[in-house]
Amino acid sequence: MDTAATPRSNYLTDGYGLKSWLLTRDHKRIGLLYLVSVSAFFVLGAVFAGLIRLELMTPAGDLVESDVYNKIFTMHGVIMVFFFLIPAIPAVLGNFLVPLMIGAKDLAFPRLNLLSWYVYTLGGIFTLWALVNGGVDTGWTFYTPYSSAFSNSHVALVVVGIFINGFSSILTGLNFIVTIHKLRAPGMTWFRLPLFIWAHYATALIMVLGTPVVAITLVMVAAERLLHLGIFDPKLGGDPVLFQHLFWFYSHPAVYIMILPAMGVMSELVAAFSRKRIFGYEVVAMSSLAIAVVGFLVWGHHMFVSSQSVYAATAFSLLSFVVAIPSAIKVFNWSATLYKGSISFDSPMVYVFGFIGLFLIGGLTGLFLAALAVDVHVHDTYFVVAHFHYIMVGGTIMMYLGGLHYWWPKIFGKLYHEGLARVSAVVIFIGFNLTFFPQFIVGYLGMPRRYHAYPPEFQLWNILSSAGAVILAVGYAMPTFYLLYSLVKGKPAPANPWGARGLEWDTPSPPPTQNFESTPAVSEPYNYAK
Amino acid sequence: MAGAHATQHPKLQHHFDNLDQQFEASALGMWLFLVTEILFFGGLFAAYTIYRLMYPRAFAEASHELDVVLGGVNTAVLIGSSLTMAMAVWAAQLGKRGKQLLFLGLTMALGLVFLGIKAVEYSHKFEHGLVPGPDFRFESAHDPGHSQLFFSLYFVMTGLHAVHMIVGIGLMAVLFVMAFKGRFTRAYHTPVEVSGLYWHFVDIVWIFLFPLLYLIDRHGPVVH
Repeated sequence: MDTAATPRSNYLTDGYGLKSWLLTRDHKRIGLLYLVSVSAFFVLGAVFAGLIRLELMTPAGDLVESDVYNKIFTMHGVIMVFFFLIPAIPAVLGNFLVPLMIGAKDLAFPRLNLLSWYVYTLGGIFTLWALVNGGVDTGWTFYTPYSSAFSNSHVALVVVGIFINGFSSILTGLNFIVTIHKLRAPGMTWFRLPLFIWAHYATALIMVLGTPVVAITLVMVAAERLLHLGIFDPKLGGDPVLFQHLFWFYSHPAVYIMILPAMGVMSELVAAFSRKRIFGYEVVAMSSLAIAVVGFLVWGHHMFVSSQSVYAATAFSLLSFVVAIPSAIKVFNWSATLYKGSISFDSPMVYVFGFIGLFLIGGLTGLFLAALAVDVHVHDTYFVVAHFHYIMVGGTIMMYLGGLHYWWPKIFGKLYHEGLARVSAVVIFIGFNLTFFPQFIVGYLGMPRRYHAYPPEFQLWNILSSAGAVILAVGYAMPTFYLLYSLVKGKPAPANPWGARGLEWDTPSPPPTQNFESTPAVSEPYNYAK
Repeated sequence: MAGAHATQHPKLQHHFDNLDQQFEASALGMWLFLVTEILFFGGLFAAYTIYRLMYPRAFAEASHELDVVLGGVNTAVLIGSSLTMAMAVWAAQLGKRGKQLLFLGLTMALGLVFLGIKAVEYSHKFEHGLVPGPDFRFESAHDPGHSQLFFSLYFVMTGLHAVHMIVGIGLMAVLFVMAFKGRFTRAYHTPVEVSGLYWHFVDIVWIFLFPLLYLIDRHGPVVH
């Protein structure tokens, strides 16, 4: 079992037709369905990002009209946030790994799991339909009253698309929580759960508690546009700022839906490539829950300049500093895990170091923005854009790719070209910093976001950023090729190519449909001592 | 895999160890779903609270246009349906097929009565020009603009509640067919139990909607 792909059937060979995939209830196959869809949306979102960077090469708005530019950055945001970043790690890696890591045969509700993928696809179809019909120009935040009363673009279609898509998130979260509560293998106590599971549990809580609020908010916007009801309409005495409160009540915690699973991947990788039990396991586990809870209390920091009272703003500012504490605890504990560890620089570990650097910059600039006075200065500038890209792209995508590389041999039973993988991780790190670090500077100098033209003195920084985007694109393209190539020509992967601990490595690569040949024996997590 | 479980209950799915575990998972799943529903309706209740605090007079005036008698009857109908639902769950736990059919049928019927009365109320609102939009004409009010906010919330909240009722009646219909085929026994009655949770939840939403929408300042003349 340790040497080569076993001749026994696995989940990939258990049925070959299209129907065996589209009607599957196997969490591993559904994870792969998500992998394909999520990757497609990533490419589409990246095309829009490319158009933005192309337009911003010159100070004059010469590539597209401002109206078209509004639609480009809106579609970039909508696709990347709702159709890539939120589902990426939970729906692909989480779907595949949650049952494997806790020694279960499947998620608690396999049919709901398949339904969630169809719901995601349906929401995507609505959004793409709006796109080919002319797009939407409100920004991904859909602020009223522009979205509800004035915009002449396809707001209702996109809003309905995101409403539908939200249910895929709710179903995934619900499935994870029930699975982690009810389907753990004998001996898998709560404090033996891998930190990937703790992170996904915390994520699932946010999905379940937050997503319904944005869903009803979008229903209200749709009701206002389609049924001429008035809820946020200032003409009737409605309050457009109420929309912002409801929107950010979900959409700020949504940032933690993106980053918590990345932190879960991070914990697995740091332990595996340091050959050590993670430092302060319990604290890291609890910090995930702390982020999930406190994350619900900070939404007002998006609204420091939206007529919020000084007292509310002060409270939100303080709470935003508080939420940085559990994140910082994690970073310290990962670093402490490295100490005297037996560190190897396999490709997933290269992503780990990239993540630490980028998340540190993204997190610390988040503190700048949580500080009231600084935020008033840099609000709606490229400083904010740079900050959240450091978290979402530098944090989430680094770990999505790191996790994909780490578990690729498990998922497909094939080994990829390790040298190319390390090079691509470095290229992505360099390209990312070149793309987004200049945006901190140009934002601090006063360049506002969401404009297609800007004063000429900002051009140098924008050219650097666009150049970085090209390098970043190369970095993202490389794994696409060598990972797909590995499926055809890659060497067969052993059950545990990294010598890692965890139940997912105790079963063949790729795993059998039932996940385990027999009920696995559970021991302490990260048992690297011997 | 089928062989391993050949001797076990046909309703036991392959990834559960036993029916108890399967039932607990389903029940927890439904409770979690109801939590999401609370937050879903919660957005509307938040909007209602804020606007009523901002415009108490407009809300009281507009609320007086609602029909307390029809609303009251509907409240009684729904509470009655919760009773029949509870009886249906009891019948399922005991595996009594005849009583399952009776109580599921009654629950469905009461649900339909509720929707019928709701439809009558809606049509009155259309006749009296109380539907927000270009045709809104509640000119007798002191504060007609803000009363549109009330009626917007009234239609979204009761409309979403009605959608939940329709889903519930659909669930009851499925359960009815399953009960007719004798699917529910002492050992296996999970669908009835979890659908019951859902039905009670939809009732409870109405228990909040009724006073908040129909019974504002009914104790005395506040505005006229």
